[in-house]
Amino acid sequence: MALLSTLLVLTLVGGYGLGALGALLLGSRPSGRFTTALGGGVGALAALLLGAGTLAAAEVAPFAWSTPYAGGFVSLSFSLDRLGAVFLIAIGLVGLAASIYGYSYTAAYTGRYSLRLLGLMINLLPLSLALQVLADNAFTFLLMWEIMSLSAYWLVLTESDQPGTVRSGVWYIAMTHAGFAALVAMFLLLAGNDLNAAFDVMRAHAATSTPQVRNVIFWLALIGFGSKAGIIPLHVWLPMAHPVAPSHVSALMSGVVIKMGVYGIVRVLFDLLGGGPTWWGGVVLGVGAVSALLGVLYALMEHDLKRLLAYHSVENIGIILIGLGAGLLFQSYGMYTLAALGVIGGLYHTLNHATFKGLLFLAAGAVLHATHTRNMEEMGGLIKRMPWTAGFFLVGAAAISALPPLNGFVSEWLVFQALLGGFNIPVPEAAVAMPLAVGALALTSGLAAACFVKAFGISFLAIPRSHEAKGAHEAARTMRVGMGILAGACVVLGLAPFVVIPLLAQSVAGMAGLPVTPSVFTAGAFIQTPAIFGGMSTTWLALILLALLGSTPLVMRALRVEWRLRVGDTWGCGRIGQTPRMEYTATAFAEPLRRVFAELYRPTKELTIDFHPESKYFVQSIEYKSEITPVFERGLYEPFFRLVGGIAFQVRRLQAGSLHLYLVYVMVVLLLLLLAARWF
Amino acid sequence: MGYVLEILQVTLALLLAPGLVGLIRWLKARLQNRRGAPPWQPYFELTKLFQKEVVMSNNASWLFRFAPYMIFASTVAVLLLTPLLAAPLPFDAIGDLLVVVYLLLLGTFFLALAGLDPGTAFGGMGASREMTVAAIAEPTIALAIFGLALGAGSTNLGRIVTETLTNPGVVISPGHLLAFAALFIVTLAETGRLPVDNPATHLELTMIHEAMILEYSGRYLALIEWAAWLKLTIFFALLANLFVPWGVATTLAPGDLLVAVAALVLKLAALGVAVAIVETRVAKLRLFRVPELLSVSFVLALLAVTSSFLLK
Repeated sequence: MALLSTLLVLTLVGGYGLGALGALLLGSRPSGRFTTALGGGVGALAALLLGAGTLAAAEVAPFAWSTPYAGGFVSLSFSLDRLGAVFLIAIGLVGLAASIYGYSYTAAYTGRYSLRLLGLMINLLPLSLALQVLADNAFTFLLMWEIMSLSAYWLVLTESDQPGTVRSGVWYIAMTHAGFAALVAMFLLLAGNDLNAAFDVMRAHAATSTPQVRNVIFWLALIGFGSKAGIIPLHVWLPMAHPVAPSHVSALMSGVVIKMGVYGIVRVLFDLLGGGPTWWGGVVLGVGAVSALLGVLYALMEHDLKRLLAYHSVENIGIILIGLGAGLLFQSYGMYTLAALGVIGGLYHTLNHATFKGLLFLAAGAVLHATHTRNMEEMGGLIKRMPWTAGFFLVGAAAISALPPLNGFVSEWLVFQALLGGFNIPVPEAAVAMPLAVGALALTSGLAAACFVKAFGISFLAIPRSHEAKGAHEAARTMRVGMGILAGACVVLGLAPFVVIPLLAQSVAGMAGLPVTPSVFTAGAFIQTPAIFGGMSTTWLALILLALLGSTPLVMRALRVEWRLRVGDTWGCGRIGQTPRMEYTATAFAEPLRRVFAELYRPTKELTIDFHPESKYFVQSIEYKSEITPVFERGLYEPFFRLVGGIAFQVRRLQAGSLHLYLVYVMVVLLLLLLAARWF
Repeated sequence: MGYVLEILQVTLALLLAPGLVGLIRWLKARLQNRRGAPPWQPYFELTKLFQKEVVMSNNASWLFRFAPYMIFASTVAVLLLTPLLAAPLPFDAIGDLLVVVYLLLLGTFFLALAGLDPGTAFGGMGASREMTVAAIAEPTIALAIFGLALGAGSTNLGRIVTETLTNPGVVISPGHLLAFAALFIVTLAETGRLPVDNPATHLELTMIHEAMILEYSGRYLALIEWAAWLKLTIFFALLANLFVPWGVATTLAPGDLLVAVAALVLKLAALGVAVAIVETRVAKLRLFRVPELLSVSFVLALLAVTSSFLLK
């Protein structure tokens, strides 16, 4: 086993290396695209197999390898455990689909953008992700984290000539480095200032730290990992950066890169710190609930298909954090089985979100590729022109809306059940907090369903709303294969929870006292929550639904129901010739919810009516403009930028351009340093 | 034997649902001093619709033709999980209340998409409103489930029924009553009754459910209408059997089952009368006032859960 996993790690590194090298050497030739895809695909497949093998193996024969310590300097150290394996699976799945998809998708980039850079970075990114999951000391982790952030930055900038791309890149790089700073500080505290300390050392060190230090570590972890995961209010970069990247990159970023934040939170809070006081769980749960609700509410107002998906990533990270937060909460009360339920729900949702969000971004990319627009108001009718893409998008939409029997439902069910278990907590605060969390999660999933009715209905159904949509074409074969892989994963993860849940339970067993018997949540094809509460089986549910779907028309035929069908024009109240302008728009679809939540959105409205000069009863044109106020950007970040800008302006005075003055600075600083060295 | 019962109860619900809707319509008419169509009118409607050819919009896609089956199948699947006559059913472990709620949401999801498919303004309007109402009703449902589960110690419907039967004091606990009130309001909203939606209207600006299915005809319309009536029956049965479970058989003895059938019919009729009276007494709310009504139900549900928490 150890030999096999070593081989797989070598294949992984070799595959991605080959892809990167091929891209560099062959550039934008078709062979270059092919090598990029091949290398990426091989690397991803190796990651997938490595992850699945490690999870399924009866005993972990851990892969571990370190570079020698060069003269007391830094060393790279890798090892793989089951928690890492879960994330490797996500990386492998999405990476595999994205690589295959990218082969055709990037063909349109030939000659316009640098495929050399794109091919290099798109292989470097998943490689850094995989190695980060394997990292076994702070230095390795941080190094891979930074490679991940920077390669993603270059990928975001691929279409740098498009308006807004560079600005999004700046937001992204600024936020990610703010988070990085928090992470460096966190690891220094965790490891007692030794970045070479292995995770085992940190675990021991954290156990002996004072509660104050542990609390600081908690906050730094939440900020550092949270800014990558996109929790509110650190999410602002996400809806900017994810949509402007090429779609297979968006799939990787939303599918797996932000999951590294989740990985970090589980690794540090559960594994290294081994849980904490109750309020940690409360904070994580609260942040999760707010992110989930606000994420979906902002998504509802988006009519840019990819930005909509990006806001849904914020929502889903929120759902994941609700699960993890509930886990922390139960852990602090010593209710380990319930804690495991919450954590498993969170991890399951992590895998699920990787698959359906990856799928949705790939499908959105196919639409973008065909219609050259991300604006839903200019789509429509694509279900007839792109039947495969529409079908895949529908699977993703149903999965993300938590509709049974697909995978999104299973993980939300687990998180629900964990929250319902909250009545076991013996404090009165739980009596209000848990129901509110349940309400928030329910509202989130209801709104998500509304949002995806909008996204699918407006983009794919009815009559094309633009010339481009009318001339849309089906995606190329490799793109369809990429989407098909992830759609299949959505179905499998949905129908086989009885396989997945024990594996996930195994992956966190023993951490922070979580139970080591992984089978308590399953019984045959049924999943259940122990001692109390419910059980269900998506497997049987799917069979029942299929049987009913199949038998209904048969019974109808047997009962001699009239089967004739005539196709005619849509009833237009007497008007003949329906035009797309008569269709309901995405804006109109979301209008009721915008009114309901007007307090949050604070919409601004601008109506200009151009009357005929002769009579105001004849209208020449009407222009309606409406925007929602970006509360966080305006209320939180703009004042901060103003402050930083103001300070920078003042600091500028120091730079007078006079050499003499600079020499004085040097001397003053030197003196201060000497004094400081004397005193401390 | 249990499986036979499953099939029996589905058949029974399929047969009862049109009658229930007919009864409400007839009662409403009588209360409003109209003669009204006889209670069995919906049976004629179904028969008629199944004999009519389908006229379909040329803008519509395969989804329009698939949706009626999906809506019908998901509703019937819910019937298999709902303890109409006996508890626990053999399929009880396949889905709990959360599964029931999300299966119904699956139907709503496809119904709303089908509303958008022909490309009419009405369909989109109906879809948008339906999803808004469904989304805002969701937290109340979840909390009502929470409240019920707290009392019974399980989210599985069979367990809730049997627990309440062995522990009848729960029925008059404040949590139980508040949860019932909350779920009753949600029932009105989810099944398209007044004051949220008017099932009798075809006025463009007020309809929700009717707007979505405006382009449907023939067998497709029959399936969708039947499913909507079934949904009403399911919500009534949930209200009746989860909160007041007397009459539900706990054995498969023929005598018990006969009592159960009688009890079910009586309970459904009683709730039908209640809804008919409510629909005669209240006017339809403006769409933008509906969230207020649903917030009331949410607060009721929250109080239900909190009180059961504290009284536990």
